[in-house]
Amino acid sequence: MRIEAIRAEFPILRHRVRGKPLVYLDNAATTQKPQAVIDRISRFYAEENSNVHRGVHSLSERATDAYENARQTVARFLGADDAREIVFVRGTTEAINLVAQGYGHSHVRQGDEVLISAMEHHSNIVPWQMLCDAVGAHLRVVPITDEGELRLDEYERLLSARTRIVAVVHVSNALGTVNPIRQMVELAHARGVPVLVDGAQAVAHMPVDVQSLDCDFYVFSGHKIFGPTGIGVLYAKAALLDAMPPYQGGGDMIRSVAFEHTTYNAIPYKFEAGTPDIAGAIGLAAALEFVSQVGLDEIRQYEHELLVYGTRALTAIPGLRLTGTAPGKAGILAFVLEGVHPHDIGTILDGEGVAIRTGHHCCQPLMERLGVPATARASLALYNTREELDTLTTALARVREVFV
Amino acid sequence: MSAELQDLYQEVILDHNKRPRNFRVIDEARRAEGFNPLCGDRLTVYLKIHDGRIQDASFQGSGCAISKASASLMTDSIKGKTLEEVEALFQRFHGMITRAPEDPVDERLGKLSVFAGVRQFPVRVKCASLAWHTLHSAITEDHDVVSTE
Repeated sequence: MRIEAIRAEFPILRHRVRGKPLVYLDNAATTQKPQAVIDRISRFYAEENSNVHRGVHSLSERATDAYENARQTVARFLGADDAREIVFVRGTTEAINLVAQGYGHSHVRQGDEVLISAMEHHSNIVPWQMLCDAVGAHLRVVPITDEGELRLDEYERLLSARTRIVAVVHVSNALGTVNPIRQMVELAHARGVPVLVDGAQAVAHMPVDVQSLDCDFYVFSGHKIFGPTGIGVLYAKAALLDAMPPYQGGGDMIRSVAFEHTTYNAIPYKFEAGTPDIAGAIGLAAALEFVSQVGLDEIRQYEHELLVYGTRALTAIPGLRLTGTAPGKAGILAFVLEGVHPHDIGTILDGEGVAIRTGHHCCQPLMERLGVPATARASLALYNTREELDTLTTALARVREVFV
Repeated sequence: MSAELQDLYQEVILDHNKRPRNFRVIDEARRAEGFNPLCGDRLTVYLKIHDGRIQDASFQGSGCAISKASASLMTDSIKGKTLEEVEALFQRFHGMITRAPEDPVDERLGKLSVFAGVRQFPVRVKCASLAWHTLHSAITEDHDVVSTE
């Protein structure tokens, strides 16, 4: 990878924070945007802006083409056969809610079980909890090891005759653990249970092919893969989507409306009520083209080397303990520093121009499991460098000087 | 460290963080719990009140340097004061940490003025005020956990 050329694509990386060059290590929260994405969105508004699917005028046709081409791009990116399997949503959270509402309410009954893991983000806990509360079902949780690895033996044991759906994170945002999705899907399918995969922290860091994973639902957010906020993707197998009731009612999701009866549109439109985030979808497609050009195999390899380098540098700091040391990890260096609260680490680091995340990372049950109130987290993207990790390490030494 | 950071993490604050005063449980005391979901700070404030006056005050819990030092200095500064005086102090403290950085600091705050640096870090205001909100709830015997969110 030509790192300097890649960094040059991201205008924000030229900015300074508190007088220091920005070292952006909060990529698990959101990623920065390359010029190609910024330009594509502004070109849409400057030259193509119009509503989609309805207008007979040329501009509307162009906007519709661009929006539907974006859907094709997402389908290709995920290895889906059929662009009808791609539903545009606001983000990962909305995608999971859509499935919990649409699929959940038609398949999960009183006494049934929904299976998640102990390392889920709140967005992959709460929608299922709401579903379980509404229908009288039970939420079951696959435990993890102290290193942050999913207990596959427990997963197998918890897959029961009452399990109606499995919802699991592909890459943990708080630990970096990469879960063995293909194996988990196989085990679930052997019992006739569908699987939803939360790919929010995966898609920007490794190649993802929904057909080879054979998962039933795959969801991710645009803004965590160098695209805009407010746009995300639900991939679902066509047969499942077809059978699901709509999530929201309104324009665009209907074929015909009368006060007595409404006929719904075909998939994926049945799930896209109202004017969608057209510019967002087009911007997301530009982002996916950008990462595909760099190459996700290359990105995975490059980030793996960074992770190994960072792991070595951080563990050499006295009193520092990494949280999340599973053998298979991607992109995340989460840690605690003895005698210093993560929030204070974050403030001192910010003074050095280093942006990291501190807190519970929307994973309160996981923090409880790890026995810490919060952690500090440096999260990587394709534009980070070893020099930036050196800056982090030096700044952490400064933190120890102040507090220890 | 930058001037702003030095203002935030003054020696007094670092010292109270490392060696918090009144860091103990008071038996048969009024108590209230406070929680800051943003950073996971959790603390319990204990109070002994006699004739409308704070006889003893202490705290327990875990949190960032700002929240711990704030609880430590708060418990020190309220002992012996009447409930009205404590309420007035709370108002002055709250005013100080939420006002513009260039505004003058109320002299009556004494040692508590070390928290003036928080004004330059708006996300840390909740850390500095958690102990005070919890104190308020202990005084009014409001039994819900105080949350800064």
